[in-house]
Amino acid sequence: MTAISQPAGSAPAGPAPAALAWFSGIARVFEYRLLSYRRTFRSSIFNSFVGPALFLAAMGVGLGTYVDQSATAELGGVSYLAFLAPGLLAATAMQTASFEATFPIMGGLVWNRVYHAMYATPLRPRDIALGNLAWIGFRVLLVSSVFVLVTALFGAAASPLIVLAIPVGLLTGLAFAGPIAAFSATQRTVEKFNAVFRFGITPLFLFSGTFFPIESLPAFLQPIAWLTPLYHGVALSRGLSLGTAAEEPLLMLAHAAILVAFAAAGAAAAVRTISARLVRG
Amino acid sequence: MPEPLESQDSALIHARALTKRYAGFTAVDHIDFDVAQGESFGFLGPNGAGKTTTMRMIACVSPVTEGTLTVLGLDPARDGSRIRAQLGVVPQRDTLDEELTTRENLIIYGRYFGLPRSESARRADELLDFAQLSERGNDQVEPLSGGMKRRLTIARSLINDPRLLLLDEPTTGLDPQARHLVWDRLYRLKQRGVTLVLTTHYMDEAEQLCDRLVVMDKAKIVAEGSPRDLIERYSTREVTELRFREGVQETLDGQLDGIGERIERLPDRILVYAEDGDAAAAAIHARGLQPETVLVRRSSLEDVFLRLTGRSLIE
Repeated sequence: MTAISQPAGSAPAGPAPAALAWFSGIARVFEYRLLSYRRTFRSSIFNSFVGPALFLAAMGVGLGTYVDQSATAELGGVSYLAFLAPGLLAATAMQTASFEATFPIMGGLVWNRVYHAMYATPLRPRDIALGNLAWIGFRVLLVSSVFVLVTALFGAAASPLIVLAIPVGLLTGLAFAGPIAAFSATQRTVEKFNAVFRFGITPLFLFSGTFFPIESLPAFLQPIAWLTPLYHGVALSRGLSLGTAAEEPLLMLAHAAILVAFAAAGAAAAVRTISARLVRG
Repeated sequence: MPEPLESQDSALIHARALTKRYAGFTAVDHIDFDVAQGESFGFLGPNGAGKTTTMRMIACVSPVTEGTLTVLGLDPARDGSRIRAQLGVVPQRDTLDEELTTRENLIIYGRYFGLPRSESARRADELLDFAQLSERGNDQVEPLSGGMKRRLTIARSLINDPRLLLLDEPTTGLDPQARHLVWDRLYRLKQRGVTLVLTTHYMDEAEQLCDRLVVMDKAKIVAEGSPRDLIERYSTREVTELRFREGVQETLDGQLDGIGERIERLPDRILVYAEDGDAAAAAIHARGLQPETVLVRRSSLEDVFLRLTGRSLIE
């Protein structure tokens, strides 16, 4: 009749439940994140969707009018807006993913400890780590899609290949989400998160080729850009959006491979540190 | 309800020489115990005795360093996820999502166990009723009282109809009234035949809820039995508590000798262990001693713990 009139503890010692399929644990964690996102959805609309559109309008259209009077050759002969939009897409993917990989990870492990509650169920630490990364990927996918849509509405999409910039945004986001989530799981306070944003995310946002080609950077800084995932995300996204990707397919593949490597290594690290934190209690 | 006859591995939990070491210290040191189906089993001991660490090993969230542990006949190292699917866990600190409603907390928890959404929602409503929270079903958790959150956590632990319910300090931090409400719910589960394993440093909680318990101190089990067994074995039937005016207790040297079976001196009072506490009190007065207060009471697990370790449970 009721769940508790067939009392717990008296359940017959039937066969133990089957092992959890690899994806179903991830899906259950994703479902939790979706449920809690429904509460904050409205307030996140501005950050995720309206913000980038305003940025694109101010920088791309406003500032772009001046840039286009003198510098189109350095930008590959396209308008500043067309140059900026795919870069900004990758940079926004990075920002969204980085935010989602810091505070919410700490929240579940330290503040309300809901990830510890999940670990008391059939869910395994790797489900909790990968479920969160899957959620971050979903958020980035949404943001990237809106970005591509807005870019197209501004008339700044030079090639239909810009649709492929959506998965590039996803890849860029995951290249940051994994390593940053791995770091967040080792922290007990938010103190160092400020440093991550101030000395990591913000300089990358400004100097990875988003707003101007890295060739304009001092020569010694240019190789450094190669080491950061954002540069590869920007280059790939831009190559697709401007339709130049087809001219250098190997270079584009190299950009994609580097992003995949960051994402995979980061995910592995996140599984390790989140597991360690859950086991420690 | 009919209990199936079970063979050798009838124990729901079986531990031998169970040990947990962290870098530099041993939290649980070679402990042995079994918990049978339908039993209420307790770990009684002060903070830091190793109770929570033991519970975390049973709950398959903390790996065993050494020794044998089987839970529901399975090995936590290999089958942790499958064991956890059949457990209910009430952790020491609440792990609720306080921004969700009480009902949402229950439903999503059922989803972690793979319950279909409709089934999870059905059980959530029944459990809200059981936890006396039906009227708060659509309220956020955050403003609820500590006692309500505890009852919600207990309700949550039952969503998968567990074979074994683990409760780590279920009423620590609650006021007396809230504690009694929680005890009442746990007592109902016990009467329904739920297998309960709990840790506590409250002797009254252990006496009310446990059929059998082990006393833990400094990572080891120092005694095992039913509350009544332990009191009979390690204490007398009654205790006479004496409080003297400040400074007097230190001058009593030997003046109580021969009264009762045993005398325990605490910083603030003297405990005289005797079969007949009133007779002991009369004998004390007959010697011309004038304690400020005399209290005769029955022995409790607190006395057992004091006898075994020389210390109080709550320090």
